[in-house]
Amino acid sequence: MAQSQGWVRRYAKAFCKGFFVAVPVAVTFLDRVACVARVEGASMQPSLNPGGSQSSDVVLLNHWKVRNFEVQRGDIVSLVSPKNPEQKIIKRVIALEGDIVKTMGHKNRYVKVPRGHIWVEGDHHGHSFDSNSFGPVSLGLLHAHATHILWPPERWQKLESVLPPERLPVQREEE
Amino acid sequence: MLRGVLGKTFRLVGYTIQYGCIAHCAFEYVGGVVMCSGPSMEPTIQNSDIVFAENLSRHFYGIQRGDIVIAKSPSDPKSNICKRVIGLEGDKILTSSPSDFFKSHNYVPTGHVWLEGDNLQNSTDSRYYGPIPYGLIRGRIFFKIWPLSDFGFLRDSPNGHRFSDD
Repeated sequence: MAQSQGWVRRYAKAFCKGFFVAVPVAVTFLDRVACVARVEGASMQPSLNPGGSQSSDVVLLNHWKVRNFEVQRGDIVSLVSPKNPEQKIIKRVIALEGDIVKTMGHKNRYVKVPRGHIWVEGDHHGHSFDSNSFGPVSLGLLHAHATHILWPPERWQKLESVLPPERLPVQREEE
Repeated sequence: MLRGVLGKTFRLVGYTIQYGCIAHCAFEYVGGVVMCSGPSMEPTIQNSDIVFAENLSRHFYGIQRGDIVIAKSPSDPKSNICKRVIGLEGDKILTSSPSDFFKSHNYVPTGHVWLEGDNLQNSTDSRYYGPIPYGLIRGRIFFKIWPLSDFGFLRDSPNGHRFSDD
């Protein structure tokens, strides 16, 4: 009787110790290092979700690469939506601060990206809620850099940071 | 001898990682102590005051008009700003100064908030850079710890009612 009680006590103690180590470490890893996410919607076709609603791609989101808010033109990034803070959107970086962009469907024809902001667009123009709708976004909303497609297995690949040639900025900020 | 030192080093690294992760979870999801600098929130918060910020309101979308919030600066994501929320999405904000004859209003767009410092003469806020997205808010300041002469919950805005509700 006494022996089984002692066993339960020791088990509960070990469980609590493990719990308070494992949960914070896992949460910190998912917040700061990397996590995975399923992509929904057609705004990044054909790079992501080319099958439409049949199969959603699952991408690897790398937080560690953007910890100092360093992104390059052409990167696919996820950010908090400026119109709805509960939602994350995934788009391609087209222009950095100081660049002048020729917009597609924005109220101004040419926009100079202000300091601390970036211009993002979906690859599927016309079906994308991006900077052409809400303007340049603050770098503080940057969430992660999507580096690889993990699922479905036939679409395993590293996502390349390419800028479509017709979307090059009109004028780049010289370093 | 070497194995002893290696063992101790691993244990030290393990504990550092463990407590670092607990600290991250506490700051990110609960709250923490913050030191404010700058004159833009006088007299409510003076330069070098130490305050307590909580992050639960941000995660549950419970930020309200009149709250003092910490947010990432829209033009420099590595620095933080500390201002009061004057308007939420959909609110009508008076953007002309009180001395103007013609009043001009602006509506706060969806997903954004309008921030102003309490020290209106000496504050760079939404009157300068426009409304900021809700996603930039990090936490809500509700309690002052230092200086001890001002210990306690923070006062309401000294600027009267600049909120015009629709």
